[in-house]
Amino acid sequence: MDLLPLFEWCEASWLGQLVRVSTWLFPVLESVHLLGLSLLGGVLLVVDLRLLNVMLRDQPVATLGRGLHPWLNRAVALMLSTGFLLFMSEAVKCYHSPAFRLKMATLPVALAFTYLVRQPVVLRDAPPHVWRARAVAAGSILLWLTVAASGRWIGFSS
Amino acid sequence: MLRDVLAWLGETPWSIALHESLYMWPLTESAHVLTLALFAGTAAVLDLRMLGLALGGVPVSALTGRLLPWTRAAFVVMVVTGLALFYATPLTYYHSLFFRIKVLLLGVAGVNILVFHARTVRGMAAWDHADRPPRAARAAAMISLLAWAGVIVSGRLVAYNWFECAIQPQSAIVNWLQECPVTPP
Repeated sequence: MDLLPLFEWCEASWLGQLVRVSTWLFPVLESVHLLGLSLLGGVLLVVDLRLLNVMLRDQPVATLGRGLHPWLNRAVALMLSTGFLLFMSEAVKCYHSPAFRLKMATLPVALAFTYLVRQPVVLRDAPPHVWRARAVAAGSILLWLTVAASGRWIGFSS
Repeated sequence: MLRDVLAWLGETPWSIALHESLYMWPLTESAHVLTLALFAGTAAVLDLRMLGLALGGVPVSALTGRLLPWTRAAFVVMVVTGLALFYATPLTYYHSLFFRIKVLLLGVAGVNILVFHARTVRGMAAWDHADRPPRAARAAAMISLLAWAGVIVSGRLVAYNWFECAIQPQSAIVNWLQECPVTPP
């Protein structure tokens, strides 16, 4: 099944055109997306580096995990909403972009890994086993790094 | 004077090579953007803690002692990659309104850090464990968040050519702010 008609419909939609015809909207959304990246990357990395035992060793994983959990949710919500609008405005370009395809293949895995694997480990009272902690942190960093790097590359592949 | 130096810099072979490279420039730019997660992200976590909005129960000194070194290391990467990008097209940045705003806001963020370390940090023992630190600390955190957000946004907008000197007519104030070399009609 070819998805191109769906992508064309997205770009032609009211929402896609709203962002597309505006001079300022796309750059503003892009800027907020970038602020979201900083926040999301920060709250992920602080806990991941703690899981790797290289940062904030004197703080329990659960304390950091719980203290940053609301901000993780906020950052994800900000990224998904701004990312969705950016996509709608240039869906056809995204369709033809290998970087976008890589990002869309990795993003659901990263989200599922974060909420189904990482957060249960991070929010638990008992400290995680050292190798489980390392595996979770490495998975989180690799997945989100791929999402971020391929996302940045969409802009270069035009 | 400064413009002459930058014009010369932009003519050096390595500058031209970086500017015209197929992969080096995008890779440097990607490193600059992705390091934001570690730099601005960890700075934001500390700011949110000082505002009393995250990580209550974690002493502020734990973050300034064990988190800030990572923020500083990431800042070094930001500066190195940033200078490399500047070196690729120095005159473009010199005449860019958004780049000038970015440098200004970098100054604001820097002064805020100096003031914070010279004055606010000294009394930190008294509010190290407080869920909501005193007003001066919260003000420093808010200025930091806003200044760095402004640096990120103006940095992103440098890529847009709305105010580019080569695209005339621009309003007189824009030409003046960017020192566009335009001959009056």
